[in-house]
Amino acid sequence: MTYSKDFLENLYRMMLRIRICEESLVDPILKREIHCPVHLYSGQEAVATGVGAALEQKDYIFGNHRSHGHYLAKGGDMPAMIAEIYGKENGCSRGRGGSMHLISPENGVLGIVPIVSGTISLALGAALSIKIKKEDKVTVSFFGDGATGEGVLYESLNFAALKKLPIIFACENNLYSTHLPINEIRTNRTIFNIANPFEIETYRVDGNDVLKVYETAKKAVEHCRNGMGPVFIEFLTYRFRGHVGPDDNVQGSHTDIRPKDEIESWLKRDPLILFKSYLMENNISTEDKLTLIEQSVETEVNAANDFARNSPKPLKEDLCEYVFK
Amino acid sequence: MYSNSRKLNFGLAINEAIRQMMEADDTVFLMGQGVKSPWYVGNTCNGLIQQFGEERVIDTPVSENAITGAAVGASIAGMKAIVVHPRVDFVLYAFDPIINQAANWHYMNGGKSSVPVVFWLIVNRGGEQAAQHSQALHSMFAHVPGLKVVAPSTPYDAKGLLVSSIMDENPVVFIDDRWLYNSQDEVPQEMYQIPIGKGIIRNEGTALTLVSFSYMAIESQKAVDDLKQQGIDVEFIDLRTIKPLDTELIFNSVKKTGKLVIADGSWKTGSVAGEISALVAEHCFQYLKAPIKRVCLPDVPAPASSSLESVYYKTKDDIIKTIKEIL
Ligand SMILES: Cc1ncc(C[n+]2csc(CCOP(=O)(O)OP(=O)(O)O)c2C)c(N)n1
Ligand SMILES: [Mg+2]
Repeated sequence: MTYSKDFLENLYRMMLRIRICEESLVDPILKREIHCPVHLYSGQEAVATGVGAALEQKDYIFGNHRSHGHYLAKGGDMPAMIAEIYGKENGCSRGRGGSMHLISPENGVLGIVPIVSGTISLALGAALSIKIKKEDKVTVSFFGDGATGEGVLYESLNFAALKKLPIIFACENNLYSTHLPINEIRTNRTIFNIANPFEIETYRVDGNDVLKVYETAKKAVEHCRNGMGPVFIEFLTYRFRGHVGPDDNVQGSHTDIRPKDEIESWLKRDPLILFKSYLMENNISTEDKLTLIEQSVETEVNAANDFARNSPKPLKEDLCEYVFK
Repeated sequence: MYSNSRKLNFGLAINEAIRQMMEADDTVFLMGQGVKSPWYVGNTCNGLIQQFGEERVIDTPVSENAITGAAVGASIAGMKAIVVHPRVDFVLYAFDPIINQAANWHYMNGGKSSVPVVFWLIVNRGGEQAAQHSQALHSMFAHVPGLKVVAPSTPYDAKGLLVSSIMDENPVVFIDDRWLYNSQDEVPQEMYQIPIGKGIIRNEGTALTLVSFSYMAIESQKAVDDLKQQGIDVEFIDLRTIKPLDTELIFNSVKKTGKLVIADGSWKTGSVAGEISALVAEHCFQYLKAPIKRVCLPDVPAPASSSLESVYYKTKDDIIKTIKEIL
């Protein structure tokens, strides 16, 4: 496939937005300006970016505890997200939810929550609504390798297949579920074939290669839009930071049990470095152009952080607001 | 009574109860998410895998429903399972094995089979973790016939109640709270039991009866100490078990003081505090000199922002204020 320069540079920009935004949170977390648990997405940017690029604004996504990238790639507002992480009134969930509860209904970000697999069946329901209303939309359910332990995933696969629902099961396999490496939670490191018994179209792709992610997601979206039912995609990727916070080890629990050489080999496969080389080797972008993009993203992220810091916290007297509509 | 007690923190008291029960009884085993990781279970599982091996101390995939069901099934088949959920919130996936199965089992099978299982659930809140990572759901379990529910507030009680829970022939929900994990107490080295269903008077007094349990018992004790300085003697009962309730202890105290405040760490509607209030109204109406008051969470999900958390969670100040309203 050939792509326009703009399209490719926008992919790069989106990955950078996610990375720089995530990394901008490290200092405030360590300084305890941010209190809520934050599960950084650094390292997995190509997945959210590639899938996001294959979707339209009208499409839906649901996420999990590690969803800053999903939210941004689907069009979520960055200042509102950072303000949410800071627990501020003008955060996307009005400071009631924090990092693990992001939402942007106008962009199709219908729900992001930390109960593992908690949104898979909700995504299923959103896909069902699309089918009943005969809309031309697709739902993506993002979850991790850890979520493959929950029965609701298999129940949802079955129902989605049975009713040919327009849903993409997007599994980000980063090889770890908190403190457990994948071989301690499954007999097989491969995940994508769990969809086979349900006769669901399924793929396994390099989740650090944004173009491969995009192309697979695009195929899956077309499959769904054509009424051919669900698709399952396993993305192979890796998180660069701790399970929660910048580094599990500096959080005091010394729970990052990932081997150093494994971390290093994945750092060499940094999705941003890979894509930057691609853009330069194929003479799509110059170093100068990419630096300009980086500078503008840094400006954006700084402004978003300033907005968040300078925003007010929710008023104590509003504690009981929003329980009901 | 115990010669060899020493200071032990809450987490290590739990650790000791599990260790001693596993040493004493080969059918006892521990299973749940994070038993390998202090990030989940603090120091409660220190050394257990090393001592008993991965067959009896099992870290699990994220499969709350199946793992809890497996604990119930193993206990039906002759084991004594302890299944830990490092957050109460996660156990909502496991309501079927706990409520439909374990709680009903003995009754619906005409008493021919019982389920000696312990559901160990840890309340883990604060720190802007928000709605799905902060809930205290003890009242839901207390609602269900066939479940015993214990909620200790001290390391001494934690050890003794966990031993009793494991020994019990019935399903027991053992609820503790991360906010208790650093507390210290004199804890005997040997194995001992605290009877399920028995509260304790932590402070004798005549001005008013204060009833609490679990973490709110800590805030209550602080309130009692402050009030004592002001010359007010509150009778403070730490329930330790919330199902079955030690009604005799509560009633006798209310008959003496005529006033009752209950501090419960969960939502007000449908709370254990509400149940106690109803029981006292039924049985001690003529002794009451003031309306019964409850210190509970408002009927609101847990917020993230620290500004809201600071008014959401109740402290000794809320307890003191409430007590003064009816003194
Ligand atoms: C129902 C439930 N059980 C347990 C947890 C605790 N928990 C938080 S994240 C996580 C595993 C995450 O692994 P994975 O799904 O692979 O996502 P990753 O963190 O690797 O992105 C677990 C078990 C939870 N949030 N919800
Ligand atoms: Mg994972």
